[in-house]
Amino acid sequence: MRLTLHVWRQKNQAAQGRFVTYAATDVSPDMSFLEMLDVVNEGLIAKGDDPIAFDHDCREGICGTCGFVINGSAHGPRPRTTTCQLHLRSFRDGEELTLEPWRARAFPVVKDLVVDRGAFDGIIAAGGFISAAIGSAPDGNAIPIRKESAELAMDAAACIGCGACVAACPNASASLFTSAKLAHLAMLPQGQPERMERTLKMVREMDALGFGSCSNHEECEAVCPKGISVTFIARMNADYLKAALTEGRREAGAGDGAGG
Amino acid sequence: MNLDANAPSGPLAGKWAKHRFDLKLVNPANKRKYSIIMVGSGLAGAGGAASLAELGYPVRCFCYQDSPRRAHSIAAQGGINAAKNYRNDGDSVWRLFYDTIKGGDFRAREANVYRLAEISVAIIDQCVALGVPFAREYGGLLDNRSFGGAQVSRTFYARGQTGQQLLLGAYQALERQIGLGTVQMFPRHEMLDLVVADGRARGIVVRDMTTGAIETHLADAVCLATGGYGNVFHLSTNAKGCNATAIWRAYKRGAGFGNPCYTQIHPTCIPVSGEHQSKLTLMSESLRNDGRVWVPRKKEDLAKAPAAISEADRDYYLERRYPSYGNLAPRDIASRAAKQVCDEGHGVGPGGRGVYLDFGDAIRRLGEDAIREKYGNLFEMYQRITDENPYQRPMRIYPAVHYTMGGLWVDYNLMSTIPGLFVLGEANFSDHGANRLGASALMQGLGDGYFVIPATIGSYLAGQKPGAIAADHPEVRAAEAAVAGRTTRLLGIKGRRTPSSFHRELGHLMWELCGMARNQAGLEQALQKLPALRAEFWENLNVPGESAELNQSLEVAGRVADFLELGELICRDALAREESCGGHFREEYQTEDGEAKRDDARFCHAAVWEFRGDDAAPIRHEESLAFENVHLAMRSYK
Repeated sequence: MRLTLHVWRQKNQAAQGRFVTYAATDVSPDMSFLEMLDVVNEGLIAKGDDPIAFDHDCREGICGTCGFVINGSAHGPRPRTTTCQLHLRSFRDGEELTLEPWRARAFPVVKDLVVDRGAFDGIIAAGGFISAAIGSAPDGNAIPIRKESAELAMDAAACIGCGACVAACPNASASLFTSAKLAHLAMLPQGQPERMERTLKMVREMDALGFGSCSNHEECEAVCPKGISVTFIARMNADYLKAALTEGRREAGAGDGAGG
Repeated sequence: MNLDANAPSGPLAGKWAKHRFDLKLVNPANKRKYSIIMVGSGLAGAGGAASLAELGYPVRCFCYQDSPRRAHSIAAQGGINAAKNYRNDGDSVWRLFYDTIKGGDFRAREANVYRLAEISVAIIDQCVALGVPFAREYGGLLDNRSFGGAQVSRTFYARGQTGQQLLLGAYQALERQIGLGTVQMFPRHEMLDLVVADGRARGIVVRDMTTGAIETHLADAVCLATGGYGNVFHLSTNAKGCNATAIWRAYKRGAGFGNPCYTQIHPTCIPVSGEHQSKLTLMSESLRNDGRVWVPRKKEDLAKAPAAISEADRDYYLERRYPSYGNLAPRDIASRAAKQVCDEGHGVGPGGRGVYLDFGDAIRRLGEDAIREKYGNLFEMYQRITDENPYQRPMRIYPAVHYTMGGLWVDYNLMSTIPGLFVLGEANFSDHGANRLGASALMQGLGDGYFVIPATIGSYLAGQKPGAIAADHPEVRAAEAAVAGRTTRLLGIKGRRTPSSFHRELGHLMWELCGMARNQAGLEQALQKLPALRAEFWENLNVPGESAELNQSLEVAGRVADFLELGELICRDALAREESCGGHFREEYQTEDGEAKRDDARFCHAAVWEFRGDDAAPIRHEESLAFENVHLAMRSYK
């Protein structure tokens, strides 16, 4: 099959970008989208041109490295599928596709379709963890955890940090990403001691890094390759409200927010 | 080359405790005077960086990805072993030790393997404390599943994403330290050389992959946790970026390379679909708990839909050949058996390179929902890639390169033959011998990072005066010049072939001549062809663009250049090891029924290669392996 690609080319963060059109000829429906770009790039190198830069690594949908916008949709048309797991059988022969990087103030373009998602790491560093120094743990079975809670925590923890939620949000909000990590840890007994502080720190860091606010468009869930639910954002907002109202005057134990 | 393992004396079960007491300590106030470099941010790297920072050492951590959360540990699916005996099924530290050493075909160091089994229980505890959402029973306690090469159920898991959850636990511990300022993180930085001065590892030279700047970082010790070299085969289950450059540069600076020929071919991967294939995808070994492996008995059935083939016409060859382990036979054995039935003309799918992994019985027994709960994400992944529904039609699978047991040689303290250079996780050669059992890589990565390196590195540092060498030390200048020279050379060839085309050709050659089954003639042929391919690479390579920018072709070219050299060492090692053991199967050395035949009289040792210069043959050294606690048995899973 044959595709026409309009690809965002931008030499570096400071440079002006523009769309350039390429033909992907002789590609097969069984190829993944990135394998198709590999073929296009091999052709560009052979001609002495600069190949299209795009981020990718595991190519099995778990590392979260890949991702760009295809015809206006983050990760392309197939629901719950990362770009690397998208195959050309999802497209028609002769189709025209527009490829652009995630666009968000907090994710500056590095080159072509590659962006800098370091801001996500910043949100985690602000509080997205349980402070349990190595060597200090009790027996793994010392704290029973309801199966339902563990499953729900796992649903939230499945986030791969790809950034599609930010790209799809009209406000470029990182609410889905942040709330998924908060929900993962808030659902578990081990996460209770730091729950309120964690919520305040991560939400404030998200704002400080230049992400927008959530205004309930729910585009994020629609494009999320792991199907992370927007209900986690509601949980985050509830915890944030509770934490902000009691900030600075919580007594010992009062901020634990147990119950999940 | 000094290959003293430094394994403590005394009874096996007390070695690690005794050793920890004997190790020298650095007092808390002095720890902040010693800085440590960690290259890699997977389970071993992130776990190690976080643990060392918690102890008070200033740490700098480097990774080639855009974030430490993306290291390839994330892709591990099935689980992590621990000798908890929560199932009451007869497990113990000793049994995990024994299974692991037997699984490795008696080619690993006893003391290391025992320590790994011992530490396994603390790893699970630590992961739970960090918030890893392991699967639970209804009573709230941890669940387990079975894995290949074991008759007990000791594998802990988080759906089919265990590696992801363990890595995110380590990553979050690392980010906590980054937030506290104790770890400085350098994403999108690739290590391109090691600085060795006065016989000690003193720093690294890296390339900032965004700007192209070549930077030197100096420290009191360097740890490499840079993963395996499976991508030397081009097609593997490794991430596209996985590479051997860090350990290969260290080898060329004097670190011994242990058992390079021990490569693991995983039996359950999605088969190659065409020439465009860029990587292979693993289907977790855990699927073999409920899936039954078979091929059509009659060749006229090959084109039929699998459901139309009657039970009597199916050959469940693993159950037939290995009745006691059945579909849970270890990876090397299951892979070779698949190759064998395909070689005999019973393979299914494109090119006859596939066998069925059938869940029909399990779905009838447990219901589709139960199977979906256990393996839902794996089934989805299979369907996305192949466009076939595995609930209705058996999966097609075929072996693919997955893991490398070989790596830089390390002693009991995880120190390489270069003092001050430590090697963790898959990058070292230590614990898996000639074959790794499923759910053991995660255990080793976290064990090395969370528990071993924090104990052993202090003893090394305590014997050194803190402080970096001068930035203009001749060895620093030499390493920087070597990196700059190489980059210029790669960019300056301006030939006609892309880096990937060389990688593809190398991979094809390695797979055909040094893959699942090896023989003398094939290996000698590979050793003829590889230098020619390497010569063509340096004459006819085309890398577009320049150095001072994000240049992905340049990155690939540098990695392929190193794979071309490493491929040759792998073949050399495979040729020299005139026996079959674990993942290394030499066709000349097999039993009458086609099983691997070890030669303990001649090869009960680790082979360690010493670099002697680009134009000289490397020297093969031996670390002999003494088995004082287990009987060197013929490995049988029948």
